[in-house]
Amino acid sequence: MTALLDVSDLRVEFATRHGVVSAVQDVSFTLEKGETLGVVGESGSGKSVTSYAVMRILDRGGRIAEGRVSYAGVDLRAASEREMGAIRGREIGMIFQNPRAALNPIRKVGRQIGDVLIRHARATRQTAHDRAVEALRAVEIRNPEARAHAYPFELSGGMCQRVVIALALACDPRLLIADEPTTGLDVTTQKAVMDLIAGLTRARGMSAILITHDLGLAAAYCDRIAVMKDGQVVETAPSAQVFARPAHAYTAKLMRATARPGARLRDLLETPKPEAPRPAPGAALLVVESLAKTFADGVRAVKGVSFTIREGESLGLVGESGCGKSTTSSMVMRLLDPSSGRILLGGEDIGTVPAAHFPRDRRRGAIQMVFQDATDSLNPRFTARRAIADPLMRLTALGGRERAAKVEALAEQVGLPLHLLDRFPHQLSGGQKARVGIARALATSPKLLILDEPTAALDVSIQAVVLNLLADLRAELGMSYLFVSHDLHVVRLLCDRVMVMRGGEIVEEGDAETVMERPAHPYTRSLLDAAPVPPALAAETPLMETARCAP
Amino acid sequence: MAESGGHGVGGAAGVMGGSAPYARRGPSPTALGRWLKGERLGEDAAIALAAGRAAARARARMIGRRVLLSLPALVGVVIVSFVLTRALPGDPAAYFAGPAADAQSIAEIRAQLGLDRSLPEQFLVYVGDLLGGDLGQSISTGQPVLEELARRLPASLELTLSALILSTLVAVPLGVAAAARQGTWVDHACRAVVTAGVSLPTFFTGIALVYVFYYVLGWAPAPLGRLDLLYFPPEPVTGFYTVDAVLAGELETLRGALAQLALPAVTLALFTMAPLARMARAAMLEALGSDYVRTARAAGLSPTRVLYGVAFSNAMLPVVTTLGMVFSFTLGANVLVEKVFAWPGVGSYAVEALVVSDYAAVQGFVLAMAVLFVALNLLIDVIYTLIDPRTRQGA
Amino acid sequence: MTAATPARPTGLRAFLAHGAYVLRDNPVTLIAFALFLFIVFCAVFGPLLAPYDPLESNAARALQPPSADHWFGTDSLGRDVFSRVLVATRLDLAISVAAVALSFCAGSAIGAAAGYWGGWVDAVTGRVVDTIMAFPLFVLAMGIVAALGNTVENIVYATAIINLPFYARVARAEVAIRREAGFAQAARLAGNSDLRVLALHIFPNALPPMMVQLSLNMGWAILNAAGLSFIGLGVRPPTPEWGIMVAEGANFIVSGEWWLAIFPGLALMLAVFTFNLLGDGLRDLVDPRRRT
Repeated sequence: MTALLDVSDLRVEFATRHGVVSAVQDVSFTLEKGETLGVVGESGSGKSVTSYAVMRILDRGGRIAEGRVSYAGVDLRAASEREMGAIRGREIGMIFQNPRAALNPIRKVGRQIGDVLIRHARATRQTAHDRAVEALRAVEIRNPEARAHAYPFELSGGMCQRVVIALALACDPRLLIADEPTTGLDVTTQKAVMDLIAGLTRARGMSAILITHDLGLAAAYCDRIAVMKDGQVVETAPSAQVFARPAHAYTAKLMRATARPGARLRDLLETPKPEAPRPAPGAALLVVESLAKTFADGVRAVKGVSFTIREGESLGLVGESGCGKSTTSSMVMRLLDPSSGRILLGGEDIGTVPAAHFPRDRRRGAIQMVFQDATDSLNPRFTARRAIADPLMRLTALGGRERAAKVEALAEQVGLPLHLLDRFPHQLSGGQKARVGIARALATSPKLLILDEPTAALDVSIQAVVLNLLADLRAELGMSYLFVSHDLHVVRLLCDRVMVMRGGEIVEEGDAETVMERPAHPYTRSLLDAAPVPPALAAETPLMETARCAP
Repeated sequence: MAESGGHGVGGAAGVMGGSAPYARRGPSPTALGRWLKGERLGEDAAIALAAGRAAARARARMIGRRVLLSLPALVGVVIVSFVLTRALPGDPAAYFAGPAADAQSIAEIRAQLGLDRSLPEQFLVYVGDLLGGDLGQSISTGQPVLEELARRLPASLELTLSALILSTLVAVPLGVAAAARQGTWVDHACRAVVTAGVSLPTFFTGIALVYVFYYVLGWAPAPLGRLDLLYFPPEPVTGFYTVDAVLAGELETLRGALAQLALPAVTLALFTMAPLARMARAAMLEALGSDYVRTARAAGLSPTRVLYGVAFSNAMLPVVTTLGMVFSFTLGANVLVEKVFAWPGVGSYAVEALVVSDYAAVQGFVLAMAVLFVALNLLIDVIYTLIDPRTRQGA
Repeated sequence: MTAATPARPTGLRAFLAHGAYVLRDNPVTLIAFALFLFIVFCAVFGPLLAPYDPLESNAARALQPPSADHWFGTDSLGRDVFSRVLVATRLDLAISVAAVALSFCAGSAIGAAAGYWGGWVDAVTGRVVDTIMAFPLFVLAMGIVAALGNTVENIVYATAIINLPFYARVARAEVAIRREAGFAQAARLAGNSDLRVLALHIFPNALPPMMVQLSLNMGWAILNAAGLSFIGLGVRPPTPEWGIMVAEGANFIVSGEWWLAIFPGLALMLAVFTFNLLGDGLRDLVDPRRRT
């Protein structure tokens, strides 16, 4: 039996202003009928480009320079544009990340599906609407007749992704390519969407390619996994085997760096290190009492939350988007004024100082923050040195020379090479920018550091390093952390206690291990169930447990 | 600024996207059809039908909102006009009384003009006059300003509209072609037109065209007004000579009117082409680079369908918004072009009034243009509301 | 800002290197900068270089076509058109530079305040800008000059007022999108007051798009000022000014004396063209993200 899709020695080039650059080279893989292949890699590994090349929808300036792409015996590289048009959508369907943007914003979703049906002669103008409604029903959209008349902006992100899936599967293609289909979606939505894709492809006997940066997701839904790095496939093997016996050093590193049950923070690193000691919690540092925020438009983002962080303690705040965790951290951070409630820092109510005046408050330096997106949080016109020096200039009385020395000391503390200090943010890598952000937050020796998804924008291997750095700094400086995240597995690595937030309220709070192992609230359980988890590494647990992730 | 997104003069303010034909339909045609045939509708179809009716109501509300939103602009226009009329250099009473007047006659004229009253009172009188259609008397012609403006307005509108139609017909396809074939000669041509277009002073282009096409080549008639003296103006119906000539069946007159109209219209069109082509190209490029165009390509839609069905309909929304800005430029450039071609419109009326310091006429002209512009912006906003479903979100 | 001092030499060198790169990368920008320097040169040294007195009339050589003596010919009073075009550069440039500087300062200040604080500041400035924009702008400028009096200063004020909305809008939009940006929040955490966050952190990052607007508006301001004098406002004859020279020359175009109107018109066009080209070049230069 020949493979449905056979890619061999693929090389894709892009014409840039620095000359021609190869985005992908020597990529070969095959896909059997009914098989699901995971293509896993970090950003820039060429995994999306590979799929675009298969579909021949590369951006302007990109072209397939070498190699063969054969689909069911048809040479896709040699196919005419007209032939490709007949294959796209009918033989190969594709879904994308950011589903909202992937739909035409000014056309009703039913009509968009109808367009594709008509294009591939699966419907006529008269039957297009009814067929589109059927396609929507197939992706388990409730009230498909009404939804067909909705515009994308009227639907939620998860619903939009279902529409995109309906569009891709409307003409019953034999192959589905899913390019990061759930990135940006909440974990429970992600599970629903992935289960839907898996269910539909299995029911229709389709093959699928799942492109993702998330090893856990690939492990949970794929038969085989191809690992990509720098435009090349470094390893292809059945899922279980990849986890049990990674053949390539990079695969091993990637797997090691992924947060997973049973792994400790140090297990994520390539080179083992002794576990950082967790400081024993001291007296109460931050006491939040019935904190609430109602915005001007009447939205009650936070409905009265209370919690305590003790000195040296690390508290995790977990929830999905819109649960109020960012609003809560902004209020504690004193960037946003609460509607009611108290924020006591070391016994003093800092909630009474308006956010507009807090920058000049003497307690400003005591609470600092590491931002979600390091790129966004650095002034593009400031060098790293200037960025780290800024809080020192505003909040301390240090002289010029002392300040310069302090900046370099901070850089060393966070492992930022000194020669990078004179670079602008756009000249630094993601991990380096994260270090600059941490150094800046540490500059005023804060007692409480709020970590707002500090690794969400980072690749998994850099995330592992940054999380370890944060653990080391806490051990060294005795700070308290409030770690805001959507990812329970990451939170567990760094936190002593965890709070789970939903709809502006805290639904569960407790010791990190306890909450993870024996969640009391059904919502916590659904969060834990939804999070895809790669099997534990062979060295950590018996191999048998990996069976749970086989599809 | 607070309303810049909604107020059509926002120029490039929002790339919001939109498409005409599909958004206007309320309920689903099939559902409605079945309902009309007396079939019993399923729950889904009933919901769809209700949603359609709700959408129609939302649309009406949004249009009402747009009309209300243009009122502050109108009030602002009237206040500014009032301030401008009262800010005449020196003492208006002394000015209107003439150089030979003594103190007593100046005082009389002041009372007659109402200038001895308080400013708020003067403003109320001014607004009252405006509501009564009184823009004052022109001192040079002795005619009421409103009457003269009304008489000359069709000439200006004929020129402006033909120029706008001409430039849209050239600029939008040019911008779209440039974006579709980025980096080719069409693209370079488009950029040349855009850069040259915004650099050309209209009055200079007009004169250069007159020199080439009238003096050197002799193809165009003398740049003197709307119709050569050989022809009689057609029976006025719309006031547009070209349209009226067609209505009257006088083809010779139509030819004459078109010959006179050609150069000024081209001059004005050259000027307005640049912002339209620039916006069409930019909007089209953005649409072509968007995720939804990628989805459409991945679904196998034909290149033509992707280009015109998906990208183009989205790209036209910012172009519609740009029209507001283009109208502003056109109404200004009109003044200059009318002067160059001795076109008997409101612009040359204002210029003639300026020369003899006929201030009532000038301010009447400014106010009339502003009111016209507010109305045009309102029209653009309403069109926008109709073609972009997202503007109805807030309703 | 002592902390930044060690970085400064490299910063400056990097900036110059980036400038050289931008110029090399895009020859059009190079041409634009060269033209710009040429125009500034004419504005500064024009009166010194002019071969004839721009005001001196000589009936004996009236309406002569271009020749070796009179490169751009002579006008109806026998004045040298080349000298008049050259000398006019200073006045035309001065009017538009003054107007643009005024509206840039005022517009960016109110726009930035509106974008940063929002609320009633935004509502009030928004109304003012909307009211200005409710007029066709050139027509409003006519009305303002007619009301304030027919002088060169009033041309400057009128041009400044009709330019104001553009700067205010760009500044407001660029500041508003950065108001809640991570780096602005970080600056607040670092102890910067609102004014400092706005002036030192947000505003410099909003500058690139404003510079482009500045350059494009410069051309537009020149066009408007020349247009006003073309219809007889502001500058009075016999002062040499491009708009008025085109207006004077227009009367002779139908009888074939093209040089009277064409040369000042071309000069005007060249100036506007230069500033428009400069706009894109400036953006490349001031945007650090394009430095590599």
